[in-house]
Amino acid sequence: MKRPEPLLALKERRDGALKVLVESVPYIQFMGVCFDRRGDELTAVMAYDQKIIGNPVLPAIHGGATASFLEIAALIELAWQRAWGPLEEKKTDITAAQAAGYLRLPKTIDFTVDYLRSGLPRDCYARARVNRSGRRYASVHVEAWQDNRSKLYAQGTGHFLMPKLIVDE
Amino acid sequence: MIKLSQKQREKVAEQFIEALPFCASLNIKLESMDVSRAVMSMPYNKRIVGDPETGVVHGGAVSALMDTCCGLAVSLHPDSAKPTATIDLRIEYMRPAKVGERIFTEAHVYNATRTVAFVRAVAHDGDEKKPVASATGAFTFSRLKEGVL
Repeated sequence: MKRPEPLLALKERRDGALKVLVESVPYIQFMGVCFDRRGDELTAVMAYDQKIIGNPVLPAIHGGATASFLEIAALIELAWQRAWGPLEEKKTDITAAQAAGYLRLPKTIDFTVDYLRSGLPRDCYARARVNRSGRRYASVHVEAWQDNRSKLYAQGTGHFLMPKLIVDE
Repeated sequence: MIKLSQKQREKVAEQFIEALPFCASLNIKLESMDVSRAVMSMPYNKRIVGDPETGVVHGGAVSALMDTCCGLAVSLHPDSAKPTATIDLRIEYMRPAKVGERIFTEAHVYNATRTVAFVRAVAHDGDEKKPVASATGAFTFSRLKEGVL
């Protein structure tokens, strides 16, 4: 029987790939979005900050900040799922995955945001589901909540153009 | 609710935009206003880049600019009685914005019912004929009652 891969190596590879995806994008850092990983499942977290407030009277999170958060969550989930195959099945290391183009981010074609409740001044969470991912196009749905997972404060759907792999070029 | 003149509406709108922390953090600027219409812009900044390979601004920042501009256009509708909120906003990204260029967006309310305002917006990076993105949205709307002054 094949011995399972050492835990440390596995975690390093998975977290390393996620780090490359997330930290390469300045806007994700600017928005203060980070990702909580449990196996292959990602939860995007946008920490509350004064600078994302849109309505200082209420106060409420700016709709544009929410839209950005949802789009970031959808993009990273999509890129992460595409990278997962080579990373896990072929045990490709991060440098090789990067060189092959697996850690390139898709491009947004369109994105629709549904504002369900006003964003309260607290942390936001989001999970995205890839409904279809083809060679060229992908469709992703994303849900965001604050205190209560069953009470979404926003949801979104977007279509994305998948980046070419280096082998395709 | 008192019926405001276009001048008064513009003054209120200007103060409102200046008070938004998220707009301040993106350096969003109000360019011009008209009846049911607004023009805003956002400068290029390395911190809002979405594609590190090319340096193109992230779509989310463009969404923020367009959402704000659409909301402002609603508040510039002559019959708008209350502050507005986005119900839904769809953005189409037609091409990447030029690296280093300021992005402009113009929004206008093309229809408003008693409860909903329908808004369209277009964004460009200098040449109005070559849009970067377009948006359509539905916003909450409260119409001023007839005869109320």
